Amino acid sequence: MPLTDYEIVIGLEVHAELKTESKAFCGCSTKFGGRPNSHVCPVCLGLPGVLPVLNRKALEYAILAGLALNCRIAERSRFDRKQYFYPDLPKAYQISQLDFPICSNGSIDIPADEELGGGTRRVGITRVHLEEEAGKLVHSGSGILDSEYSLADYNRGGIPLIEIVSEPDIRSPLEARRYLEQLKLLLQYTGVSDCKMEEGSLRCDANISLRRKGESKLGVRCEIKNMNSFKAVEAALQQEAERQAELLDSGEPVISQTRAWDEATGTTVFMRTKETSSDYRYFPDPDLAPIVVTADMVEEIRRRLPEMPDEKRRRYVNEFQIPEYDASLICGSKPLADYFDSVVAVYEGSPKTVANWVMGELLRLVNQEKIEVESVRITPRQFAALLRLVDEGVISGSIAKTVFEEMFATGEDPDKIVARKGLKQISDADELASVIDRVLAANSQAVESIKSGNQKAVGFLVGQVMKETHGKANPQIVNKLLKERLGL
Amino acid sequence: MDVIDRPLYELARLLESGEVSAEELAVEFLSRIDKVDGIVGAFVTVDREGTLSGARMADKARRAGEAPSHLAGIPIAVKDNMCTRGIETTCSSKMLRGFVPPYDAHVVERVKAAGMLVIGKTNLDEFAMGSSTENSALRVTRNPWNLQRVPGGSSGGSAAAVAASEAPAALGSDTGGSVRVPASYCGIVGMKPTYGLVSRYGVVAYASSLDQVGPLAANVRDCAIMLRVIAGHDPRDSMSIDAEIPDYEAQLGRDIAGKVIGLPKEYFAEGIEPGVRDAVLEAAKQLSKLGVEVEEVSLPTVEYALAAYYIIASSEASSNLARFDGVRYGHRAEGAVDSVSMFMKTRAEGFGPEVKRRIMMGTYSLSAGYYDAYYKKASQVRSTLKSDFDRVFERCDALLTPTAPTTAFPIGERIDDPMSMYMSDVCTVTANLAGIPGISLPCGWQDGLPIGMQLLGKRFSEATLLQLAYAYEQAAGYPSRKAPVTKDRGCCSCH
Repeated sequence: MPLTDYEIVIGLEVHAELKTESKAFCGCSTKFGGRPNSHVCPVCLGLPGVLPVLNRKALEYAILAGLALNCRIAERSRFDRKQYFYPDLPKAYQISQLDFPICSNGSIDIPADEELGGGTRRVGITRVHLEEEAGKLVHSGSGILDSEYSLADYNRGGIPLIEIVSEPDIRSPLEARRYLEQLKLLLQYTGVSDCKMEEGSLRCDANISLRRKGESKLGVRCEIKNMNSFKAVEAALQQEAERQAELLDSGEPVISQTRAWDEATGTTVFMRTKETSSDYRYFPDPDLAPIVVTADMVEEIRRRLPEMPDEKRRRYVNEFQIPEYDASLICGSKPLADYFDSVVAVYEGSPKTVANWVMGELLRLVNQEKIEVESVRITPRQFAALLRLVDEGVISGSIAKTVFEEMFATGEDPDKIVARKGLKQISDADELASVIDRVLAANSQAVESIKSGNQKAVGFLVGQVMKETHGKANPQIVNKLLKERLGL
Repeated sequence: MDVIDRPLYELARLLESGEVSAEELAVEFLSRIDKVDGIVGAFVTVDREGTLSGARMADKARRAGEAPSHLAGIPIAVKDNMCTRGIETTCSSKMLRGFVPPYDAHVVERVKAAGMLVIGKTNLDEFAMGSSTENSALRVTRNPWNLQRVPGGSSGGSAAAVAASEAPAALGSDTGGSVRVPASYCGIVGMKPTYGLVSRYGVVAYASSLDQVGPLAANVRDCAIMLRVIAGHDPRDSMSIDAEIPDYEAQLGRDIAGKVIGLPKEYFAEGIEPGVRDAVLEAAKQLSKLGVEVEEVSLPTVEYALAAYYIIASSEASSNLARFDGVRYGHRAEGAVDSVSMFMKTRAEGFGPEVKRRIMMGTYSLSAGYYDAYYKKASQVRSTLKSDFDRVFERCDALLTPTAPTTAFPIGERIDDPMSMYMSDVCTVTANLAGIPGISLPCGWQDGLPIGMQLLGKRFSEATLLQLAYAYEQAAGYPSRKAPVTKDRGCCSCH
């Protein structure tokens, strides 16, 4: 039976590190990197007698994330201890939330898989809860099994995290990827997380099961871990769906288990069955009072919510008359939208012009050089200055593209480039007259053609003048002068 | 009277007037420790150098008119589960032998801020789990009134140190009676404050929702003075309450006539020794002579309190003590082949039998499938008990009960019978479960051993409890009695 006869049911658990300055329960820095065990104190090392104090910012960020995901914010929530022994966990428990998470009942809309009929898929968010990060083990060998010893670095230990648990509403590996992209976008817009999967500030575990189409009962699910990119999530889920379909086809049961994605082989491999999973002995953390969030506090935080991607896109389309596709593309990246907005803010001309340049030249170069928008060297002010040079007729549009490339490479001011390279547009009629004389003399055939009524050949002549002047002639003026000379 | 037998408030006066120097005082207490602690066994660490140099500094500051408080230069003893910067803090456990904290507990900071000196760290039941101090992995502490008897626990070292005049006052911690029971057995005053009045920061956690630090002192006035030193808000303890701390000492001596004291009948039931019961009832009569209205009340949930206490305390302990895994500090077992075997071997070697028993009980109560029947049920008992107390405190200013069902029992008598040991806390655990304050003070004698009575009050009623205790103490005239440090009554065996 082909995979298409099954319905794939996916739910995702995403961990995102919050971008607070200090850790969740102590004052240590959250900076990435740093000498091992340099961002630690008695509290995050779990020394005897020390106590946690909740970082208010971490709570606010969790609420902000919850609001961006359309969640209900709990008036009263609570911290629980999740207990297990591991050398990277100093207290042998993680402060987390079990029964009373800070946020619940949210949703994210994503474009549904076109192969499943398209449209919009609303993915429910079961809960968003606040917890703390563990430390990191550095093994002496290549992995835990062949290492003589391991070293513990607690710099990461205690950094605040949110865990975002979705409902099993996702119906294909592609949708899982879209969900993650949208989630990342929303979190980046709120500014609560960097969401860098490669630095581990965003991590994803997936639950997947299959059921016959039309069946309402959920199938047996497996959990997939160890996926290090969105692409890996999509690939792992695809592979796992195929594995489960094969089992079901051959009449074998799917056994509830945790599997790890192996990037090298492109398969998921068995880790452990769910039956042998640990009992975390959760109980309310007696060191921390219940979190009470008033309606006023929620409203105050809601006011801090920035313009979200959908609103921004609508504004671009309605106010700026930017095409829907372009607007979506710009809003689909927080850094790009930020860049666009800051150019628009300092440029008097049409935002649509800015959009054309961003979509065209900027993205072309960004993609070509494989850099992040954040590291583009052209400042918004320089960007606007370049557009102004075009508007004022100082340089032509095609010259502007050359100048833009130069700015992109060096970060130099556009007027300096124009001056240094002598790229200023020639608009002076006298200066152009001699060039036009030469072009008319050399293209008598075209001149004849125009005189016999073929207006199109004017364009050809303009092009020739441009060529002669290495693109510096002002095409409007050339056009006007040519027409005068030809008596049109 | 020797200077070491003087009350703390007297010592403060002598220091302020210059009749005694802090250095002289330090020398006197240190030589008392040298003389008797080999027998009493109150201390696990004595900071001789620190105390002497601190005393000289206090003298210098006082001469310059810059003493941080009128208490500057007075030495006190601190239970060895409170972190002291640069001084080993063991919790009387093999697990923490050699652990030198890089920070002071909040209470230690407060003591130091007042210019008081930490003369040494006192013995306790390992990680404060026990009622006799016999669970210490380090040494035996003896009751100064009778050296064959236990001092009570878990703050037995602190209580014995004060009773034997090795320190004028001490700090203990009370999770289920660990300040009040030893105060009672050693014939001194001990108070467990309202939960949240004193910061727990730097006190090695046993059961976080129950632990409170409290003073042990030779009399009520000294207890009031010490409470004011350690009470007050600390942002590092999320459960610490930001409230104005009254001058408890200044409020002593107020008229207590018209106050209402309840005698909860559940505390006078079976299991309370007749001699203890009679002494407490006699104290009630004494109080009514002072104009207090005494009436019988009932707290029906008290019957379940001890069971609830041992479930909640053990559950929290199983979690709090999980960090002792040999990875970062303290004991680490040799010869482990991987991290899991290192955890297991380290903990098997590092913890004593009572600690292991409570970790196992607590782990069991929190396990999947048992949580509802144990931890959750115990938490329900706890909230019902709180409402019981709320109800009686609508009418009563305080409750009067025995502190413990018996006087100090012989060393070794209950150590192999955990249930009978746990019964020692039957009168005290209720205050911890309800988060209310309680004070124990001497109210009589039985076979040469002190009997303690307990006053309980509503949250933040410390001032009232101290006033009542003070009025009783003045009327009964106990504070001058000091333990003789004898093996049996009347014969001094210190030499």
